[in-house]
Amino acid sequence: MPMNHAVFQMVCFVAFAVVAVGAALAVVSVKNTVHGVLALVLTFFSAACLWILAEAEFLGLALVVVYVGAVMVLFLFVVMMLDIDLEPMREGFIKYLPIGIAAALIMLVEMLGIIGVRTFNVPAGPDPAGSSNIEWLGTALFTHFLLPFEIAALILTVGLVAAVVLALRVRTFSKHQDAAAQSATHAAGRLRMVKMAAVTAPAPAPAAKEPQP
Amino acid sequence: MNLSSDPMIFALTLGKILLIAVPLIICVAMYVWWERKVIGWMHVRMGPNKIGPWGLLQAFADVTKLLIKEIIVPTNSNRFLYFTAPLLAVIPALAVWAIVPFDDGVVLSNANAGVLFLLAMTSLGVYGIILAGWASNSRYALLGAMRSAAQMISYEICMGMALVCVLILAGSLNFTAIVNAQAGGKGLFDWFWLPLFPVFLVYYISGVAETNRLPFDVAEGESEIVAGYHVEYSGSAFALFFLAEYANMILAAFLVSILFLGGWLSPFQGWHLGFLSEPSWIWLFLKFFFFATAVVWLRATFPRYRYDQIMRLGWKVFIPISIVWIFVAGIFRYFNVVTIGH
Repeated sequence: MPMNHAVFQMVCFVAFAVVAVGAALAVVSVKNTVHGVLALVLTFFSAACLWILAEAEFLGLALVVVYVGAVMVLFLFVVMMLDIDLEPMREGFIKYLPIGIAAALIMLVEMLGIIGVRTFNVPAGPDPAGSSNIEWLGTALFTHFLLPFEIAALILTVGLVAAVVLALRVRTFSKHQDAAAQSATHAAGRLRMVKMAAVTAPAPAPAAKEPQP
Repeated sequence: MNLSSDPMIFALTLGKILLIAVPLIICVAMYVWWERKVIGWMHVRMGPNKIGPWGLLQAFADVTKLLIKEIIVPTNSNRFLYFTAPLLAVIPALAVWAIVPFDDGVVLSNANAGVLFLLAMTSLGVYGIILAGWASNSRYALLGAMRSAAQMISYEICMGMALVCVLILAGSLNFTAIVNAQAGGKGLFDWFWLPLFPVFLVYYISGVAETNRLPFDVAEGESEIVAGYHVEYSGSAFALFFLAEYANMILAAFLVSILFLGGWLSPFQGWHLGFLSEPSWIWLFLKFFFFATAVVWLRATFPRYRYDQIMRLGWKVFIPISIVWIFVAGIFRYFNVVTIGH
């Protein structure tokens, strides 16, 4: 029986959604923090799959590149290097549970609100056959939304520089290599060739026997 | 037979995947043999020559040995992650091949977002390495994983910027379109290596560094940290890391041929030399073979870089070069200095 295309898509959507929700629950419930971070990675990945399924492949792939490929790697590093005692961290789980549930409920209501609001149902941008939405996105970003795009880029650059400035501590006593000086060395500065007269050993007397080792 | 039905498409795609993956794995085995042979010749020795004609079956013998070996799990290691890590290394390394074209139209998925997919998949490869280092419960493995991850993330940036230069000139994220943008009547001077020469070098060297190959192999520097992140792995689990590393090397050689050297286009295109001017997959494989051999050549030629030198090269040399060349590529494109396509 050939499966209907829409049915197949629906099955995929449900599968990715279930994985995403399950992984999100695992993030807050697993004992091992490294497992938690990996569950978060899985959540992001499933969300990216959902977006690609919704034909927003640029967003989906960008999510994988930026969050899974860069941010979460850093996160994983930090969690791995931390020497934390897990027990005290888990103590507050029940205490904070009501607040967590309340936040989750509010978010759920907000999201349902968005789905319900008709004003968000603007018609999608021009999607001529054969043209990818990446091309359309690129054209839109660099024509109609150039100023916001550049402001965002500027803010990100400022954030980058700020992070470097905050983390950079100039230690005056630390030893470090000066790569330029290292590259500029040449053999003459390191090695002195000394011309010496050759010393020849006196020829052994023919009668003397060589000592055998 | 109705080819448009979903199970049929499914079976067809599965067949195509096998048609790429199986030759790829055989190619990995032959590449290992070729590497050992070339390095042998460069060291003035024979290289493998006992098993099969010219030692051709050496790699298969090694694989068989690895597969029947016992897998030893270190004590107090994280068992689940210990066995997941090799899979996380090998899955992205194989998945990238979905978007690599071998000839005009010969590609598993001619995705419009091909280059983005490439970036996404290569950025996932680092998880296998980090988790292998962490789950092994070994100092050496953890140090190797840290070095490797820092190196891969650093070089990914300049690789990404080099890709941006190509995108600006080609005006597309699709690999087939990128190759077709390099077509023209000036032979190999129509390819992107010429207008993007510094970035071409940056991309190739970053590709070598990204795959942790010599002279950038501090991640598994045998003389310092034994074997890096996979020091605790044995048997088939180690074989998976090995497969992932070599598949990535083959991918890097393919990509540099596709992005900068016209893929399947002939170096004599438009010079009317009969069949020599025709585009063919043979050209792509010749280019790939050259770059794959050059990796081995580099390995036999250069001593290992020091760790701070690698970081300096990536951050202070390659990234500024790529940033400047993005501007240059933009100027080329704006003033139509480079002819795109026919």
